[in-house]
Amino acid sequence: MYRIVDKKQLTPLIYSLWVEAPRIASSAKPGQFLIVRTGENGERVPLTICDYDTRKGTVRIVVQIAGVSSSKICHLNVGNYLTDVAGPLGKPSDFMEIPEDDLKDKRYLFVAGGVGAAPVYPQAKYLYERGAHVDVIIGARNKDLIIMEDEMRKVCTNLYICTDDGSKGEKGVVTLLMERLCAPSGTQNGTEGAFSGDFAPSGTQNGTEGAFPGDFAPSGTQNGTEGAFPGEAGVVPYDMCVAIGPMIMMKFATLMAKKLELPITVSLNTLMVDGTGMCGACRVSVAGKTMFACVDGPEFNGYDVDFDEALRRQTLYRKEEQEANAAAGLDLRR
Amino acid sequence: MANKIDRVPVREQDPKVRATNFEEVCYGYNAQEAMLEASRCLNCKKPRCVDACPVGINIPAFVHQVLEGDFKGAYDTISQDSSLPAICGRVCPQETQCEGSCILGVKGQSVSIGKLERFVADYNQEHLEQVQYSEAHHNNFRERIEERRECIRQMRSGFVKREGDAAVKVAVIGSGPAGLACASDLAKLGYNVTIFESLHKPGGVLTYGIPEFRLPKKAVVEKELQKLIDMGIKIETDVFVGRTVTIDDLMDKEGFKAVFVGTGAGLPMFLGIPGENLNGVFSANEYLTRNNLMQAFSKESDTPIFRAKKVCVVGGGNVAMDAARTALRLGSEVTIVYRRTEKELPARAEEVHHAMEEGIRFQMLTNPVEVLGDENGWVRGIRCIRMELGEPDESGRRSPVPIQGSEFEIETDALIVALGTKINRLIADTTPGLETDRKGRLLTTETATSRKGVFAGGDVVTGAATVILAMGEGRKAAAAIHRYLRGDGSL
Repeated sequence: MYRIVDKKQLTPLIYSLWVEAPRIASSAKPGQFLIVRTGENGERVPLTICDYDTRKGTVRIVVQIAGVSSSKICHLNVGNYLTDVAGPLGKPSDFMEIPEDDLKDKRYLFVAGGVGAAPVYPQAKYLYERGAHVDVIIGARNKDLIIMEDEMRKVCTNLYICTDDGSKGEKGVVTLLMERLCAPSGTQNGTEGAFSGDFAPSGTQNGTEGAFPGDFAPSGTQNGTEGAFPGEAGVVPYDMCVAIGPMIMMKFATLMAKKLELPITVSLNTLMVDGTGMCGACRVSVAGKTMFACVDGPEFNGYDVDFDEALRRQTLYRKEEQEANAAAGLDLRR
Repeated sequence: MANKIDRVPVREQDPKVRATNFEEVCYGYNAQEAMLEASRCLNCKKPRCVDACPVGINIPAFVHQVLEGDFKGAYDTISQDSSLPAICGRVCPQETQCEGSCILGVKGQSVSIGKLERFVADYNQEHLEQVQYSEAHHNNFRERIEERRECIRQMRSGFVKREGDAAVKVAVIGSGPAGLACASDLAKLGYNVTIFESLHKPGGVLTYGIPEFRLPKKAVVEKELQKLIDMGIKIETDVFVGRTVTIDDLMDKEGFKAVFVGTGAGLPMFLGIPGENLNGVFSANEYLTRNNLMQAFSKESDTPIFRAKKVCVVGGGNVAMDAARTALRLGSEVTIVYRRTEKELPARAEEVHHAMEEGIRFQMLTNPVEVLGDENGWVRGIRCIRMELGEPDESGRRSPVPIQGSEFEIETDALIVALGTKINRLIADTTPGLETDRKGRLLTTETATSRKGVFAGGDVVTGAATVILAMGEGRKAAAAIHRYLRGDGSL
């Protein structure tokens, strides 16, 4: 049993919890995830690690209510217990292998969609504390789904925020900001709404409960430029992009990164059961080979991921989830 | 003189009824039936059954005790060599082990040793638990005091260097059959044993893999586990060794003097054919884990399971039978697709028999070559090729050869792949100095790995095998660990 020591509501549907889990607190690394279970009949829910405090022996998770299981987790209060917290699972981020001294010269662009800001946070923090240049884009459907803004600002060089409806930050989707940040200086205003059409599959985002439920509903683009953009003529201003959020966002972030010739890492929020490589529910095609997101990932080279298959596989239990949500009287309309 | 009667039949749930529930299929013998069956034993001078038992249970002795109605004595006899008799009596492939070598089986039917073992364990559980517990406790206590004295003597002589309390800590990684057998023996020897389990419930394959209708969880598995806990063994769940903590951490920081790796072979293999990632293709591990560990068959469970109209299961082992019979109970029409013939099916004879009785279709000499999907990426069928048996392969079984041009389609909504499992390399990758072969199996010499103080046994050493073989290896490792800790081993 794992005691909840702190709880904050970040938005109407998103909660932050600090949980006592000393073993995980001392072994967790950026890029890894946990499996959380509530109650004897509880599902094993994969969630990203948002932060950890080795001294206190606690880990922080950020959960969005997306179904029955996440709702159960979010309804627990300080002093209550999670039945199980297992982890850290998956491989740490690739940059953990880079000697710390070399990180000073690196330039990273993070793209966080909705609750994806939570797993981006420890990565940005790790890199920023080691002297890397870290820019972070947080995008969501509207201002109520933008989380961790102040905390993120402390662990990055520049923070950019966008919302589909313009209720906070720029109006537009994350790819627009990606493109503008990478555009040669002086040409930012030339950005056109070329991607609005590509973002056709509205409603593809499903209620799949899983690692990083988030929010992303692409809408029209917007050309308004604000702030400084770091691009230099003819040079992509980043060594690496990391995109974490809903699968559909990562798909389009990857398409944009390809266009910008920017290497990109994505963190896949597939279905999982055990999270230890035992079941294969999380399998994804990466460069034509079947990989298990739980043990071979969760982070992969975005260029190699078959996103359409991954999106389709996320819908496997959609019918069962909808029935369960209805039976529990859960209203997820915002 | 042995009673020359036919094997006493065992009572079972009616196939039509049991196809719709998850309750145990076999009811087992009652005392009269068990004594009658025991009367068939010839009590051979050179009992071949004992040699064929991976843990060497003194079978004629316990059978004789059953015949005399001494069920407690029979239990003690079995317990000398097996820590999980209620489980082994249910899941051992007796027909290739003890019963397979029974002399009665040459011309007729062997003694039903497995059912007798199960009876003894169940009877003990129901009627003699209290007595058994207190006596075992008593013996264990005496044994422990002696062990502690021995420990102190060893400490003084410098064999075991320890500070603090009088117990030597041993870590067992994995709470499946190998780990449980190893932990049980080590605890009996007086060691301070902690089992680390990655899932939220202990038992390994006994919990996540083997279904309720074959091995009841509450009535059998949990009770056997409780006995180990009563012996003083600690079980720490949610610890994925290699990620949560490493073997180095356990030995250097947490003071474990020896480690047993019994992590099994848990990674499911897939077919490697087109369409394998379509919606509706599952590993048997996933399907069974959802249903057994996560109890997805129950309305109370939050974990969903895919309920298909038609299910094909590819494979012919116990896991394939388990997956097929689970699907049947969840309401599917089930076909097992196997590339050899009924004769070569590696599953226990009883499971095949039960599966057939329950109405599972067997499509023999058939191998899938492609999973077919509909326009939305969901399984609609499998394309198969017919096989014929060719020359025997290294396993001695005639190897199947595809018949050119014989492709045909089977309509199905789901495909469950039960083709075996391979080893998760995590422990080897996170433990410096631990050597493996190409398949990731840990290399051992009499259960000792290439790392000092680290021992291994079960599927992680042998590749996927059976519960009883893993238990046998776990017991061997416990003996080796004991020798190592006393300083009279070869290490």
